[in-house]
Amino acid sequence: MKKQKQKLTEKAFAVLTWGAAALTLGTLAFLIAFILIRGIPHLKPSLFAWEYTSENVSLLPAFVTTAEITLLSLLIAVPLGVFSAIFLTEYAKRGNKAVALVRLTAETLSGIPSIVYGLFGWLFFVTSLKWGFSLLSGAVTLSIMILPLIMRSAEEALKAVPDTYREGAFGLGAGKLRMVFRVALPAAMPGILAGVILAVGRIVGETAALIYTAGTVAQIAPSPMASARTLSVHMYALSSEGLFMNESYATAVVLLLLVAGINALSGFIAKRLGGKGERQGGE
Amino acid sequence: MKNNSQFAMRDSQLKNRRGRFAEALMGAVFLCSALASVAAVALICLFLFVRGLPAMAEIGLFRFLLGREWSPTDIPPAFGILPMIAGSLYITAGAVVIGGPVGILTAVFLARSCPKRLYRFVKPGVDLLAGIPSVVYGFFGMMVLLPFAGSSMLSASLLLGVMILPTVIGLAESALRAVPEAYYEGALALGAGHYRSVFRVVLPAAKSGVLAAVVLGVGRAIGETMAVIMVAGNQARMPLGLLYGARTLTANIVLEMGYAAELHRGALIATGVVLFVFILIINLSFSALKGASRRDSKN
Amino acid sequence: MKDKSIFEIKSLDLFYGNFQALKSINMELAGGEITAFIGPSGCGKSTLLKTLNRMNDLVEGCRITGTVRLMGQDVYGGMDVNLLRRRVGMVFQKPNPFPMSVYDNIAFGPRTHGVKKKSALDSVVEKSLRDAAIWDEVKDRLKKPALALSGGQQQRLCIARALAVGPEVLLMDEPTSALDPISTGKIEELLLQLREEYSIVIVTHNMQQATRVSDRTAFFLLGEVVEYAKTETMFSMPKDKRTEDYITGRFG
Repeated sequence: MKKQKQKLTEKAFAVLTWGAAALTLGTLAFLIAFILIRGIPHLKPSLFAWEYTSENVSLLPAFVTTAEITLLSLLIAVPLGVFSAIFLTEYAKRGNKAVALVRLTAETLSGIPSIVYGLFGWLFFVTSLKWGFSLLSGAVTLSIMILPLIMRSAEEALKAVPDTYREGAFGLGAGKLRMVFRVALPAAMPGILAGVILAVGRIVGETAALIYTAGTVAQIAPSPMASARTLSVHMYALSSEGLFMNESYATAVVLLLLVAGINALSGFIAKRLGGKGERQGGE
Repeated sequence: MKNNSQFAMRDSQLKNRRGRFAEALMGAVFLCSALASVAAVALICLFLFVRGLPAMAEIGLFRFLLGREWSPTDIPPAFGILPMIAGSLYITAGAVVIGGPVGILTAVFLARSCPKRLYRFVKPGVDLLAGIPSVVYGFFGMMVLLPFAGSSMLSASLLLGVMILPTVIGLAESALRAVPEAYYEGALALGAGHYRSVFRVVLPAAKSGVLAAVVLGVGRAIGETMAVIMVAGNQARMPLGLLYGARTLTANIVLEMGYAAELHRGALIATGVVLFVFILIINLSFSALKGASRRDSKN
Repeated sequence: MKDKSIFEIKSLDLFYGNFQALKSINMELAGGEITAFIGPSGCGKSTLLKTLNRMNDLVEGCRITGTVRLMGQDVYGGMDVNLLRRRVGMVFQKPNPFPMSVYDNIAFGPRTHGVKKKSALDSVVEKSLRDAAIWDEVKDRLKKPALALSGGQQQRLCIARALAVGPEVLLMDEPTSALDPISTGKIEELLLQLREEYSIVIVTHNMQQATRVSDRTAFFLLGEVVEYAKTETMFSMPKDKRTEDYITGRFG
């Protein structure tokens, strides 16, 4: 009798856990299928026209802008993030007060919602520094947003580099800089790269932090000081106008494929290079 | 002698002095880079508070936080953000009610029940869920939820419930994995079944970490902007019920920032300050819980 | 160089925080010889080895008093630590090749010290690998990852890497403890060859190894040098009761 009841509760919990997982994946599958099925038929060549017009609502300018903003943000955030991680893992002594402060602020940064970044970017870069709505304002705002992500992945990757490599380099008379740049960083590269790619994913998907920093102009920006919209912002503009539903679906397909590709690439690098890192040659 | 005879190593005093200079210089560069994040947080606080607090003072702290009416363009204007605070809290609570249990159960599945072969597909799926842009979620919500639930708190909570899943799942899974295998085996050895062992022994042992996961999910939900705007209706009034629209703090900022001026603009920045304070509180509780979870797994 | 002392250590004390790991060490290490440090775990033998090329600098809370002189120059008095480590090479307990090719591993040291010309690097790489008796095994795979080599090969590669910067002294911290008996035999053979050109200090747990390869042996206990003598003398007629107990296997 008691055995029976036990078996029943086991069954019930099995159904619950498998059910929850099925629900999670089912939602994902539904979302992807829904967007693809509704969107793919509307992927017309006119969507990829070089010039945006209110007829073709081309997404190509937004695509170019996305690439530009991504590149600019990485240009700022990657050196800062990697150098911070080098400071935290290779230079700071235990109990260093700066370390605690840096960790605390990095954690704070990673929790701040993107709209607060947008608000700050608008207050500081757009109005106080008078950069206006521009690629530069947007990119600098986003670089602050992704900084903690890059710091954390670089720090973890550097921590995973065995100390024996460092000893080996020092034992040959290498200075600290040489050890860091020639031994520790190359060994940590896969982890850092995986983090950078995740950061690209965040940039591509970002909207709230960009509307009031990079603005919403639908053309390719003629200079870094001009306004332009990324693909996500473009998608928001289209869907909230409510006039171009088919094009919105098609744009959603492009965005979805983009982030799926980015995710796959990051996972691949982390697994391929990270897992086999022990056997991978340097040059 | 020895290898030295084959080549001359340039170890003159000059090179060493230059080397030491480079070491010192780069050491300073690394330190400054690390301080960039400190500077960023300081600047963000400075700008939000310097621009937001005076507006709050001008409106009156209580009339701002507890005022039930938001009509910034009326004469005289009213700047009460209680409707938005309530909207944010209700919608977030709804999201956690939906996303919390499903997320935790999925995490249990991933950490404890998932066959290895299946895991190779499920895990990237959860990661993809985290990578999908909020506008795509919002658009999906517009198309799928609105026909049934309308622009309402229910729609917003359902959508956010899905959006916080990857956050909850990821952290809860690692908390569950940090529980020593011996706990599970000990329970099995006493004759408990697989699920009884997991739910009675492993899950309680990971409770701080799992709770931290939910708290971070709360942070994500309360900070989400674009997806919410697209499905929540955004009416700036006290929430009337699940099937009625409501406006969140984040929506308030995005919707009106474009045309606001003077005190109205200040009030929006002050809305950002309130949001920021919420997030700080959530971050603090998250850190505290994570600290507790680290102690748990050590014992 | 033979018979001249390379290292002079005078009243050396070393602390890790409040723990005294080495107590007033006084010894001279002779050039052109192999000196073995033996003793039970935690006796300070590796610690002393690491004071000779200042690897202890990397340990936080490590404090040193007394003097260590390398051919008359004070190691802890204003000597450039990177140059010191070039003159005093080190081989570690576990083989630690960098995750790069065999060639780049060997070339790392010379490049660090300013050698850039390809032809010069090529010849140092070859000479070092020959000296470490591993050239024949790796000459066809110089561009392959060093981590793909076997453990014993990796250790000889690390020895070659240390030789490539042209050191005067080689410090070896239990270089065979992670290896199988055959690889150990090869490395011991190599040590005897290297003695012709280099002064070697080796820390070992293995007393047979000390008798097989070393000219002199120092026995450490609780941070002190109990006895330091010619290897034959020490193992045939130890002066100190504690040394005798240790080498006859009564403790440790």
